[in-house]
Amino acid sequence: MTSETCGACALPLHSGPPPSSDPTSSGHLLPPSAGEGALAASLFFEISIDMAVDASTQVTETSGLSAPILTLTGVSKRFPGVRALHNVNLNLRAGEVTALIGENGAGKSTLVKILTGIYQPDEGEIVVSGAPFICTGPRDAWAAGIAAIHQETVMFDELSVAENIFMGHMPLGAGGRIDWAAMRSRTAELLKRLEADFDANTLLKRLSVAQKHLVEIARALSHDARIIIMDEPTSALSAREIGDLFAIIAQLKRRNCAILFISHKFDEIFHVADRWTCLRDGEEVGHGAIADVAQADLVRLMVGRSIEQVYPKRDVKPGPVVLEAEDLANASEFDGVSFQLRAGQIIGLYGLVGAGRSEAMQGLFGLSPLTRGRVKIDGREAHIRSPADAIRAGLAYVPEDRQIQGVVLPFGIRANMTLASLKAHARDGFLSLAKELQTTKKFGGRLAVKAANWEQKLGELSGGNQQKVVIGKWLASGPRILILDEPTKGIDIGSKAAVHEFMGELASEGIAIILVSSELPEIMGLADEIMVMHEGRVVQRFARGQASAEMIVSAAIANEDAEAPCAGESGEALP
Amino acid sequence: MSLSNASPASRYDVADRAPRRLSDYLLRWETILVVLLIAVVIVNALISPFFLDFYNLSDATFNFSEKAILALAMTLLIIVRDIDLSIAAIIALASLAMGFAAEAGAPTFALIGIGLGVGALCGAFNGALVTGFGLPSIVVTIGTMSLFRGIAQVALGDQAITKYPASFQAIGQGYITDKAPIPISFVLFLGLAAVFGIVLHRTIIGRKLFAMGANPVAALFSGIAVNRIRFWLFVLMGLMAGLAAVLLTGRIGSTRPNIALGFELEVVTMVVLGGVSIAGGAGTILGVTLAVFVLGLTTFGLSLVNVPGIVISILNGVLLIASISAPAVAQRFLRGRS
Amino acid sequence: MSLAALFRHRDAALALIVAALILAIGLRAPVFVTPESLIGVLTDTSFLFMLTLAQMAVILTRGIDLSVAANLALTGMIAALVSRAMPGLPVAGIIALAVALGAALGALNGAFIAFVGIPPIVVTLGTLSIYRGAIFLIAGGAWLTSKDMNPAFLAFPKSTLLGAPILIVIAALVSLFFWALLNHSRIGRGLYAVGGNPVAARYCGIDLRVQQFLVYTLAGAVSGLCGYLWVSRYGIAYTDIAQGYELTIIAACVIGGVSIAGGVGSVQGALLGALFLGVVVNALPVINVSPFWQMLISGAVILGAVVINARSERRSGKLILRGSRRPAGNGARA
Repeated sequence: MTSETCGACALPLHSGPPPSSDPTSSGHLLPPSAGEGALAASLFFEISIDMAVDASTQVTETSGLSAPILTLTGVSKRFPGVRALHNVNLNLRAGEVTALIGENGAGKSTLVKILTGIYQPDEGEIVVSGAPFICTGPRDAWAAGIAAIHQETVMFDELSVAENIFMGHMPLGAGGRIDWAAMRSRTAELLKRLEADFDANTLLKRLSVAQKHLVEIARALSHDARIIIMDEPTSALSAREIGDLFAIIAQLKRRNCAILFISHKFDEIFHVADRWTCLRDGEEVGHGAIADVAQADLVRLMVGRSIEQVYPKRDVKPGPVVLEAEDLANASEFDGVSFQLRAGQIIGLYGLVGAGRSEAMQGLFGLSPLTRGRVKIDGREAHIRSPADAIRAGLAYVPEDRQIQGVVLPFGIRANMTLASLKAHARDGFLSLAKELQTTKKFGGRLAVKAANWEQKLGELSGGNQQKVVIGKWLASGPRILILDEPTKGIDIGSKAAVHEFMGELASEGIAIILVSSELPEIMGLADEIMVMHEGRVVQRFARGQASAEMIVSAAIANEDAEAPCAGESGEALP
Repeated sequence: MSLSNASPASRYDVADRAPRRLSDYLLRWETILVVLLIAVVIVNALISPFFLDFYNLSDATFNFSEKAILALAMTLLIIVRDIDLSIAAIIALASLAMGFAAEAGAPTFALIGIGLGVGALCGAFNGALVTGFGLPSIVVTIGTMSLFRGIAQVALGDQAITKYPASFQAIGQGYITDKAPIPISFVLFLGLAAVFGIVLHRTIIGRKLFAMGANPVAALFSGIAVNRIRFWLFVLMGLMAGLAAVLLTGRIGSTRPNIALGFELEVVTMVVLGGVSIAGGAGTILGVTLAVFVLGLTTFGLSLVNVPGIVISILNGVLLIASISAPAVAQRFLRGRS
Repeated sequence: MSLAALFRHRDAALALIVAALILAIGLRAPVFVTPESLIGVLTDTSFLFMLTLAQMAVILTRGIDLSVAANLALTGMIAALVSRAMPGLPVAGIIALAVALGAALGALNGAFIAFVGIPPIVVTLGTLSIYRGAIFLIAGGAWLTSKDMNPAFLAFPKSTLLGAPILIVIAALVSLFFWALLNHSRIGRGLYAVGGNPVAARYCGIDLRVQQFLVYTLAGAVSGLCGYLWVSRYGIAYTDIAQGYELTIIAACVIGGVSIAGGVGSVQGALLGALFLGVVVNALPVINVSPFWQMLISGAVILGAVVINARSERRSGKLILRGSRRPAGNGARA
């Protein structure tokens, strides 16, 4: 269907968002198309040549509506069992910041990977500077002037800053040898531009997270990119560093770069972006100008439903306190984490990525040693030094990283389901297939796992069904306290609803639940009490219905300005 | 079906078991090994009239039973993504300890105890280094391989210890009974293979080992004491090396510093040919046992027609690479087709 | 902190240790530290220098090559046989043949590893057996001694260039080559990248398979070169020469700070690791210690080296708490 509607070359005829700018309507006009060919090719060529010249390419924008230099039309991408992107349209314009918003699993990272040549789209067309963009690898992306700052820092710890910036395109001198001098001086220039306080020869492993992000930005700049993708660039930065980043973005805008800015933080989006495009479950559900939209509209669009109505938590009369955590701390990740959890209660643990939530829960579960603090279960002190201890004490932990920490992909559903409760499925150490199958059917049925048979390998299931199996595994261990770490991350909307419903059910059966989540609607809809973590500490607590989304988010990013910026010292803080 | 009464009806219709298709059985690695084994037997029988002789075949097992016992423990290690390259050196050290004890006049049962004990201690040393310091087992065991054999060399120089009691030698050289001349070492191997097979494929421990190999992080998160199990696997490997040392020392009746030289690579070859994934998480004791027979009978058959051992090693190498490559190449070919 | 500081200057620390070792031996046996003796040590260690560098390149990509010693023995045997069959062939031709043959054998490893996707340890374990067996087949089990080799063939490794033994010169040239490759070429830096972080390397447009094929071919070429030099220097070729040497080579890498996990290692570190073993081997007879100690010492040194490396590299958790030196319990609380 896409081949008829889109051409290779988008002309500046598109008149931007409709005046009303109703953010919920997704049926915007596609840019009219023109023929591809020599014109497009020559345009592309010219632009790639003038990439190095910056002052001369400054275009004075009067209307604010230049031609898109990157256009995605009807792009789709499928993975086994998952529809990652479906018929997505996106325009990026020179000198503008476009915010890409959407929940976890909405398809943002897939889109980034398509633009950087890691994935190839199954359908649809991408046009860069008027030329069709066929991207088979990162080099094609660079050649087209696209560079990305990735969400997870994908770099080389053992190599220097300069090498990290230029890996894959190191400047060559005489005889094809690397021109180290040029590389260092260009790195120094880039670092100066970014006001970085480290030099080109520093090994990457000696840098703090924020400094590594600067290196990523420098890497993007080193390609003289016209299109820069920033995938959650601020998630690990302090307020001051975020300010610095915005100054860099302004600089890039003046240089006429197009920026795709991916963030969960609305204050940043409204501060820095000119336009927005929203993805939900792999589909584009709207786009427009930032000036014409309110945050509440974007949230509604992103989530696709209002917070109150969708996540039902049955009213459960909380039972006695089952878990008491007192002042939990470890060496570098969390400190002073205290809470009381009652039977049938759901505590929501909110915070930005890297706030130490998962680390605190893993400490509680015996996966990392606590340096301080006590854990009481039913009022009696429990000594949890390993996950086995935790399981014995009645805890279960559904981890955040399903693929790495949760499932055993080559195992079938049955073997995954019983992995945390093998003893209960064996007699004298010998496993009982009948018992295993009984458990598998019980929880697989209750969680509505969709599969051909109970022996089907986890690798063949969709993400949502995999997650159901992981949850089933932990329910099979008969827990009284269930910790769910981002239980709906990256799974389809149907499975999501099933997981939410199931949590309510478990709570009404008297299971105490800690829900770690970055998704506000989930936290606000399900939790009886919300704890907000920031930089490893619990900074705020709210009772159900007490706090608005804004209050929770501001707590999660709070107090940064009050603290001394410490970009440089964190690398030295190891004992 | 009475069990399903306890569980609520699923929204989906999910079968209890995977459908059993003939092709799944035919494409199993063990099936391929059985075919290979039959081919080896037929070819050898055609080449030499002495091959299909009960007494000859029975004696042939002397040559691979020690390595086969090592292969069983190595299978478990490789399944959990570890490896032990120091096993031959452990044999040397255990043999040395038994030799000194024998010279001091220790009785047979004490010698056996010393051999097993030294082996287990060496394994514990490996396991402690690997799990205690978080070191890659391949590096640690390359190091301990030099260390253990180095100790044996320093202690023995170019001497040999040959003063072993007859009852001790009988363990490595002897048969079960005179009526059925089956070597003790071979029976030991078969017995151990059965035990290892049952433990690996039927018990909690076996399930844990496969989980650790397939996804060590998920195993840890599921409450499996990953490092403790790995430690005990190294101890078990050492114990089996000690047992192999008892059999081998008894069989050849002497201890020299170069005893069992190169065993580690032959054992790894057996395990990998048996279908155990070097990346961990997959493999069967049946497959390894079949591979032991394929390699052992190939060696025996070729030696009957006076092919030197070193040339047989070519065949082993080709067999190893070809058997691992064939499925990968076939898969790529099939995928390219579709 | 001191361990971390030591690690940062690991090569310097290792150089000091080697120097101290030489001095200590010199105190017990002054004859060891004479120039002639030290040059002898370097000459003896030439093979280990070259092969350690080649192995390091392989290990950088998270691989391992167990077949180098077998490759060396096979190419050495073929070089000797060719030389016997064609006495007129100049040494340069023999060397070219050995390098090409070694590279071909290495490329075979590389093809299976890079393009079929078989784990390096499995492939090279297999080719190790194959190459060893092939020596026996080709030579019919015979030993070739200096009587079977022509004078030019034998004389080359004992010749000198500008007063330096040719083996040292060749080892220096090979070291220079690896230094240029690993520090001054895109390919070389790419090896560190694929070993350090294969995913990130892919994001940088580096193809792991090409890199793998290259390093195994290169390791083969160096093995081939050493094959001729080894056979001609010792004047003997048979099935078992350099048996087990692959493990000595890996040991030198580990001592030299090359991480078996990939992505870490330097030319000077690898050379120092090889030199350490070379000094130990050569010093033992000088200080009247039985050469039987050599293996024990190298084993202990490998274990010591990896334990020290692991301890200095051990990471604690992510750094989330800012200003974690603040007195405990002062954290912001609601």
